[in-house]
Amino acid sequence: MKVRILVRLKPGVLDPQGRAVHHSLDSLGFDGVDDVRIGRMIEMDVADGTSDDALTKMCEQLLANMVIEDFAIEKLNSEAEPA
Amino acid sequence: MPFRGAVITFPGSNCDRDMAVALEAVSGQPAIRVWHGDADLPGELDFIALPGGFSYGDYLRSGAMAAKSPVLRAVIAAAERGVPVLGVCNGFQVLTESGLLPGALMRNAGQTFVCRTVELEVANTSSLFTNGFAAGERLQVPVAHHDGNYFADAATLDRLEGEDRVAFRYGDNPNGSLRDIAGVLSANGRVMGMMPHPERAIEPAAHASMGGSDGRRVFENVIQSLVAA
Repeated sequence: MKVRILVRLKPGVLDPQGRAVHHSLDSLGFDGVDDVRIGRMIEMDVADGTSDDALTKMCEQLLANMVIEDFAIEKLNSEAEPA
Repeated sequence: MPFRGAVITFPGSNCDRDMAVALEAVSGQPAIRVWHGDADLPGELDFIALPGGFSYGDYLRSGAMAAKSPVLRAVIAAAERGVPVLGVCNGFQVLTESGLLPGALMRNAGQTFVCRTVELEVANTSSLFTNGFAAGERLQVPVAHHDGNYFADAATLDRLEGEDRVAFRYGDNPNGSLRDIAGVLSANGRVMGMMPHPERAIEPAAHASMGGSDGRRVFENVIQSLVAA
């Protein structure tokens, strides 16, 4: 089973990287960008039947830092995944 | 009993030797070197230091992998028994990632790696790390980090301040740390994390930019407190 984890800074936590990238987009002339926030995507291949509880614990214990980050778990249909 | 201080080395640590030299210079005893894969610590330790560097290449987040390494379970157990633990720079990041200290160290607000000597203001004077300082005393200690921007939610910051757990503040904040926090203490005052490098400032040098000796006093405080205890 393929699983995609999205780790994002919590709302309200300052994102210096996002701010710098926003500035660069502005300087390239792209108008209308109101905000940029940068997160991390982690793709995992896990045994079929891995429980939601186990996935949540992986996120809480290692993949995300719960002080500053939120996470979302997305299970992917591996056959539908492009190579 | 002679002082027994240990320095933990992770793959990617690069201030472990400096930390050992500082401990040895101040205590007069050899520093015990511990490798990250060791599941057990040597017995009867008086003190544990987590050094600076880029443990595990700072993969995932600074300090995140080291915080889950076998030796950290032993360090956490030792800290719970009251063994004093000092984490400097990457060591501070490991302490927050492991949950021994609250908060997190985020990318510097200015995005750039900061490497220079900064002024610190002593905030806490009661812990074994800081009890030889005067409140408000100013120290010169080097910083060298990319992820030193201390963050915690407002309630945690209020609690840290209310419980006198801010050890040091920056004079001129180099990284965007909330409330200028440069170092924090655990609830029992026996675990301290700080981004500046006291082990790089243990002897007066020919040139002022080479660090000075203010950092030495952190180690003197620890060792004198432990010898007196």
